[in-house]
Amino acid sequence: MAKTLPKVDVVLVGFGWTGAILAQQLCDAGFGVLALERASSRSTPVNWATTFDQDELRYMWRHHLFQNVKYSTLTFRNNVNQTALPMRHLGSFLPGTGVGGAGIHWNGQIWRWLETDFKLKSHNEQRYGTAATADLTLQDMPLSYQELEPYYDMFDKICGTSGQAGNLNGAKQAGGNPFEGPRSMPYPTPPLPMTYGPKLFEQAAASMGLHPFPHPAGNLSEPYTNPLGMQLGKCTFCGFCEKFGCGNYSKSSPQTTLIPYILTKPNFELRTEAEVLKVERTPDGKHATGVTYIDTAGVEYFQPAEIVALTAYQLHNVHLMLTSGIGQPYDPASGQGVVGKNYCYQTMSGVDLFFDDKLLNPFIGAGAMASVIDNYNGDNFDHSGLGFLGGAYIAGMVTGARPIEMVRVPDGVPKWGLEWKHAGAKYFLRNMGLSIHGSSYPQAGNYLSLDPTYKDQFGRPMLRMTFDFPPNDLKMAKYCTDRAAEIGQKMGATHVHPKPRTGPYDITHYQTTHNVGGTMMGNSPADSAVNKYSQSWDVPNLFVTGAGLYPQNPGYNPTGTLAALAFMTADAIKTKYVKALGAPLVAA
Amino acid sequence: MGQTPTRKVNRRELLALGALGTSAAGVIAHDGLLGAPGMTITNALPWGDGLTDAPEPIEEGGWHYLNSGEVDFLTAAVDRLIPPDPIGPSASEAGVVVFLDRQLAGAYGNGAHFYLEGPWATGTPTQGYQSRFTPAQFYRHAIAAIEQSVGHSDNGKAFKDLAADRQDALLKQMESGDLKLEGPITSKAFFTMFLQNVLEGYFSDPMYGGNREGSAWKMIGFPGAHYDYSEWVTAYNQPVPVPMVSLLGRRSWDRG
Repeated sequence: MAKTLPKVDVVLVGFGWTGAILAQQLCDAGFGVLALERASSRSTPVNWATTFDQDELRYMWRHHLFQNVKYSTLTFRNNVNQTALPMRHLGSFLPGTGVGGAGIHWNGQIWRWLETDFKLKSHNEQRYGTAATADLTLQDMPLSYQELEPYYDMFDKICGTSGQAGNLNGAKQAGGNPFEGPRSMPYPTPPLPMTYGPKLFEQAAASMGLHPFPHPAGNLSEPYTNPLGMQLGKCTFCGFCEKFGCGNYSKSSPQTTLIPYILTKPNFELRTEAEVLKVERTPDGKHATGVTYIDTAGVEYFQPAEIVALTAYQLHNVHLMLTSGIGQPYDPASGQGVVGKNYCYQTMSGVDLFFDDKLLNPFIGAGAMASVIDNYNGDNFDHSGLGFLGGAYIAGMVTGARPIEMVRVPDGVPKWGLEWKHAGAKYFLRNMGLSIHGSSYPQAGNYLSLDPTYKDQFGRPMLRMTFDFPPNDLKMAKYCTDRAAEIGQKMGATHVHPKPRTGPYDITHYQTTHNVGGTMMGNSPADSAVNKYSQSWDVPNLFVTGAGLYPQNPGYNPTGTLAALAFMTADAIKTKYVKALGAPLVAA
Repeated sequence: MGQTPTRKVNRRELLALGALGTSAAGVIAHDGLLGAPGMTITNALPWGDGLTDAPEPIEEGGWHYLNSGEVDFLTAAVDRLIPPDPIGPSASEAGVVVFLDRQLAGAYGNGAHFYLEGPWATGTPTQGYQSRFTPAQFYRHAIAAIEQSVGHSDNGKAFKDLAADRQDALLKQMESGDLKLEGPITSKAFFTMFLQNVLEGYFSDPMYGGNREGSAWKMIGFPGAHYDYSEWVTAYNQPVPVPMVSLLGRRSWDRG
């Protein structure tokens, strides 16, 4: 029997980016907020100080800051005809754990969606006809870019995002992304400088009539104090962002932008090593009474709350919805149900470039140091006759050069032996990759569900992932990678090796930690788990944040949009929900 | 500060708990090596003395996991993957066998970040590692099976006693999976893990036993664990004249 604790206004399940956003917003509005985090407290001086954070083996390959699959994993199969088996070692994606979550070890690539990404299905059907979308289960978002823009701006101000606006209140700005939706404000800090590799990309792309611009970066170009008084330092380009914490307070993360502010609030409490097992409800199932969690001693507690918010990583939010029995689970055979539906990923491709005559020094880098083009993203180009929808941004990006991962050799050179050793030594300072960051669109057979065989350490069924790349996305990857290779040729590389993503999806090799969908937001309970305020259709005092809200994944890194949606959710709770506790904010 | 953790923890306690893992009765570890007692934090920042999660260098001397036959096999095999020549050290010269030994003796070898519970099935290549073995057990079984196979095919010889060309041919058969082994481990699965671990040893920070004195980093031109490259960002197409440095500093500093 779980011990019952005193009731709180709001309980947050997970304390990464969206948990911290909700905590800050709701504490400042006077709510009593409790965050339950399954793993440890983590902070910059303790866990990734500048004196030891540049440790590739420990952080990247030994998963020091990542979710440990020994205690928390999922099962995977490519399609419903296979038997799913456990992901026994991390590979394709690297979710976080502990305070700050994956916000600690991300690259700091801060993007907004295109205006058309918010109405993806209707826009594409209007332009290309309904046959073009027939094989995909695309959905429109229940809100527009314009509705979300103020919250995108809030996140930029929290992060101090470095970048160059391309569209300020409808006026195009030289040097920015001409395809972006209108911004109400410029970026808080100027764009990062670029090393030689990204500069070569910028020059080549511009000479080809494309529109290169500096990648928006949560690696700061200059010192910045955010509206909460949190101070960030200027990036020193050590090249250890992705998969690492930033000891220099230069990377926007929950730890640098929000958490120290929140922790000093008297109406906030954080409990670590508290793993939520289930969302509890009233007998009619329509109201969440709180959550049950377990501590490290194995003691269970019932934590009552007026509002429950699932603010964990997308995979865990979906898992908690399914294990708590909230919402109808998706069934690919009938097409019925919504929870677990439209699981999408990110279709990542690359072009490897080797320069015999240029010294690129790629160990100088930052997580979002890149020149990038958006000409082939979303519906920024005419898809007539191409046989696919969607696209990718293409970036000449240098995040750093960690040698275990990035001693690369041209195609045709063996993977080991003397020839490999010589090529690796020759090209380490003379290679870079182009990143083709492709959209991932949903198809009926890709979904998340509960596994029938494997149980987690608490006896709950594991989450089961069924996923393969839709033919649409593989065609998109080929097309966009060919465009990137043209830029690579123009850059003057000696060897240009296009590496378009091919199937089947392989869970063993790192691609990206952009898992989305499964708790979609939408216009009605028939097509989604939550409404535009991230409020459950079935349990109105339950809110769900994160990339699970996406009906599909546009060709952008997900953090910017999921953070904006979290600010919007907090705003709705503060200004609308509080006036009618327990009531739906959108009529079903 | 008004910090009110339910109990104070120090680094030793963190490590002790991590070492217990899930197998210890009643302990729920959510976080691998950092598995820690829960804290309640309100109206305070959870910082204190002695909490720094700094990495620990290996202990010098001896073998902590590998037996002498395994040392012989690995020394021969790693030096075919990364052979000696004037541009840089061989893998064994750089300390990669010591690295492998310490890794297999430690958290990695014990499967601290692997899910190893059953039921077990072979699966598809896209489903990845499906063995019930920890990496340490995996190496032990695989090396024994490889030496058994080599003994049959090469007149009772051990891998270390074969000519370099023959060793290369066997490694290529492992890479492709063509070398058939007795038991549950495929040669391809072993080779995949082995090559990855060798690269880890050769190119990781010297504190872990390989990349001795930064010799592999010097070979490729990686300056190591530097903090600030600001002044070199726009120095296009020029060498960056900074000395190589590891997380434990530089030898010359000690001699200073």
